[in-house]
Amino acid sequence: MAHILFFLLAIICIGSVLGMIISKDQAYNALFLIVAFACMGGLFALLDAPFIAAVQIIIYAGAIMILFIFVVMMINLRTGMGPEKKKWTLYFVFLVAAVLIIELVLTLKGALKPISSVAMDKIGSPTDLGRLLFTKYLYPFEITSILIIAALVGAIVLVKKRDKE
Amino acid sequence: MIPLSYFLILSIILFVLGAIGFFIKRDLITQFMTVEIMLNAANLAFITFAKSASSLDGQVIVFFIITVAAAEAAVGLAIILLVYRQKKTIKSEDIKLMKG
Repeated sequence: MAHILFFLLAIICIGSVLGMIISKDQAYNALFLIVAFACMGGLFALLDAPFIAAVQIIIYAGAIMILFIFVVMMINLRTGMGPEKKKWTLYFVFLVAAVLIIELVLTLKGALKPISSVAMDKIGSPTDLGRLLFTKYLYPFEITSILIIAALVGAIVLVKKRDKE
Repeated sequence: MIPLSYFLILSIILFVLGAIGFFIKRDLITQFMTVEIMLNAANLAFITFAKSASSLDGQVIVFFIITVAAAEAAVGLAIILLVYRQKKTIKSEDIKLMKG
């Protein structure tokens, strides 16, 4: 059952990312991305992280993508833009992709071995996560709140129309 | 029980797809979306390692990453809007000049 769920979510996720790369329309791109993020939330839930799964759905698939769709509607381009067609760009992209794949596989190969044998039964309950957040990670948590205020003010100041320069 | 290496392989695939998309797509908004995909692939790897170590620290870090990504999306989209207002385009190849 879990296997079926995993492969279903993985295939939908990869498929929607591919669709996003191929599709021209930015609004469709945003919708594909929402599907991909929702599937990612399901994968997080499969990994015993229910709180992170909920946060993923609410913040990523909800808040951030709404922001993207608002900006897509504000910019209002008549025609979308397809993927790059130039030859040398494609060669460069495939080179970069090959290098990245080789690098990541080599790096993670050592990490893959011991993982599969470890037995885990602990579930990441929101209670434990919250306790950790307010004890061990208290200072990062507070700093994050300052960061969010700074980002909020920065975004408003950037987009605000100046009266007359 | 699903082997955890499947999740890592999926995270590699998503990261590489995000990188490919970043180079292939030509408008700023979609390039920004591909960056979000790469961030999400990193999140998936974090959660996988958190589960393999059966500790919650990885999940806390993912929580911080999601928060920072929200802030980053707000500021980045504001900058894209500003660029569009000044140049009337969001094609990344038209924006070569670093002058305002």
